[in-house]
Amino acid sequence: MSRIQATFAALKSQGKKALIPYITAGDPHPKHTVALMHAMVQSGANIIELGVPFSDPMADGPVIQRATERALVHKVGLRDVLDMVREFRRTDANTPVVLMGYANPVEAMGQANFARQAHEAGVDGVLTVDYPPEECQEFVELLQAEQLAPIFLLSPTSDKNRVEKIVRQAAGFVYYVSLKGVTGSQNLDIAEVGAKVQAIRGQTDLPIGVGFGVRDAATAKAVANVADAVVIGSRMIQEIEHSSADNLLDNVAQLTTSLRAAIDA
Amino acid sequence: MQLYDMPDAQGHFGPYGGIFVAETLIEALEELRVMYERYRHDPEFLAEFAYDLKHFVGRPSPIYYAERLTQKVGGAKIYLKREDLNHTGAHKVNNTIGQALLAKRMGKPRVIAETGAGQHGVATATIAARLGLECVVYMGAEDVKRQAPNVFRMKLLGATVIPVESGSKTLKDALNEAMRDWVTNISNTFYIIGTVAGPHPYPMMVRDFQAVIGIEAKEQMQEMTGRQPDAVIACVGGGSNAMGIFHPYIDVDGVRLIGVEAAGHGIETGRHAAPLTANSPAGVLHGNRTYLMQDENGQIIETHSVSAGLDYPGVGPEHAWLKDIKRAEYVAVTDDEAMEAFHTLCRTEGIIPALESSHAVAYAMKLAATMSPDQVLLVNLSGRGDKDINTVASLAGITL
Repeated sequence: MSRIQATFAALKSQGKKALIPYITAGDPHPKHTVALMHAMVQSGANIIELGVPFSDPMADGPVIQRATERALVHKVGLRDVLDMVREFRRTDANTPVVLMGYANPVEAMGQANFARQAHEAGVDGVLTVDYPPEECQEFVELLQAEQLAPIFLLSPTSDKNRVEKIVRQAAGFVYYVSLKGVTGSQNLDIAEVGAKVQAIRGQTDLPIGVGFGVRDAATAKAVANVADAVVIGSRMIQEIEHSSADNLLDNVAQLTTSLRAAIDA
Repeated sequence: MQLYDMPDAQGHFGPYGGIFVAETLIEALEELRVMYERYRHDPEFLAEFAYDLKHFVGRPSPIYYAERLTQKVGGAKIYLKREDLNHTGAHKVNNTIGQALLAKRMGKPRVIAETGAGQHGVATATIAARLGLECVVYMGAEDVKRQAPNVFRMKLLGATVIPVESGSKTLKDALNEAMRDWVTNISNTFYIIGTVAGPHPYPMMVRDFQAVIGIEAKEQMQEMTGRQPDAVIACVGGGSNAMGIFHPYIDVDGVRLIGVEAAGHGIETGRHAAPLTANSPAGVLHGNRTYLMQDENGQIIETHSVSAGLDYPGVGPEHAWLKDIKRAEYVAVTDDEAMEAFHTLCRTEGIIPALESSHAVAYAMKLAATMSPDQVLLVNLSGRGDKDINTVASLAGITL
């Protein structure tokens, strides 16, 4: 059983939902990333989603764009991100790590080379935003050969056929984007999300995470009521943005704790 | 004979092109693909397009024999396809009319566009005004500063211009931001992409709308000279004017197709915008796979050209394919060479060319000099240079 499967299985047996915080690797400085990952795990995160900085993050809103730009000041690349995961794994053998990023850094490294090195570093899943299933069959096979879960987005505009096509290639969990738009968008409609998640359940046994638009304890709780996992990105980044080097870890830990409490309540 | 028939049904030109976007955009692209398939051969749609090209743009654009330039260079005869004489002053308007007519048929009341030099933004604002569509143009904050007259033109035409402060604050960032707008406002918005890049069907659709340039040229060259040119030369940023004039010539034997990229300060300095000439690796950006200027981490690097319209790190995927199959050749000329050609054309022919088009003129001058007087070159003069006079003046240390 993979780390992702084991995590969801354990949560299910406790009647709990997964909390998946997202941070951009290297934001605000590469030296903080691994400590932030550990702090989030200690405060109740179940899976860490780690953003790979890319110069042109087309699917991200302004908050994550700024995180990316802060990381790129320090020239954080995909190899550095894998090093961070390697370091994280030294003291955490259980918490799954999912990389989220764009296709070009993967292609620059070479798909096969990336898959091999990601596995060796201790990565569990890979979400490549601009690789729809039609364009990445080979990549999916390379990931699977290294026991890495290919994770895909589903959107409110994905119809039944589309969901079918995507879940056939997906592993680990699927990530339902709760809104049209970019990361960090507003106005989450929980009833609509709930109905869509229910429909997706009819097509796959994979756990369903929901993200884009989760921004506080209330929305986290509401999402936890309808999904298997709550993904929270822009709100985490805002916390990092508003912290200094001195209170960064405390603030992020506190936010994670409060989200954990809301989800479990 | 096997006729050229690209792209495939999924928008691939060999390994290039395709649809590399987030799931949130897939449905919108599928809707666009279906609608474009429905209308691309529809006689009524094509008649409406042709009407506007004739009566609103002023097509066909003439072909002009640049006699004094030819004499000055000595060698092959140089002919110019005068896209600079189009309404709004460049080839860009051919495409914006096609896409805006499609937007109207799809019932989208709002159009958005990205722009670098501002020519595509002006062309989009123009057709939006003509059709009564709301228009929002994204433009890198750097470009807003460099191209103030075009920003004002867009505003006069009723468009909202949004300066983009992210990334390098230039064309690629404007494109990112326009994509973000589109994904957020998909139900009422049509995204008019200005070049032969982006996810399928854009590279094919923009090429088809621009192909009027080459279709006219083939007829006009036959009429004027009784033959087709030995080479067709066009500048390449994203590559829409080049694709427009190249495409009808792909199956014509004996006609060399030459794309001229911006060598900026020189390919060897790294400060350029010439991914094809510099043999940049392939990668994925803005929805398609193509050759891209990037660093070892796969980050897109900043480009440089004196011409804002060529200042783009990628190139349309069909150009990548034409390079690989060796049907087209790609070369680059520096800022200085382009400037020299700019001044030469001004003084020998009474034509002020766009700095983008000056790159094509510069290479034509070099090549013509190595050829004989019975040979013929056709240069796509993609735009006029009125928009560039501030840049040219400041390079000469003059404040207007």
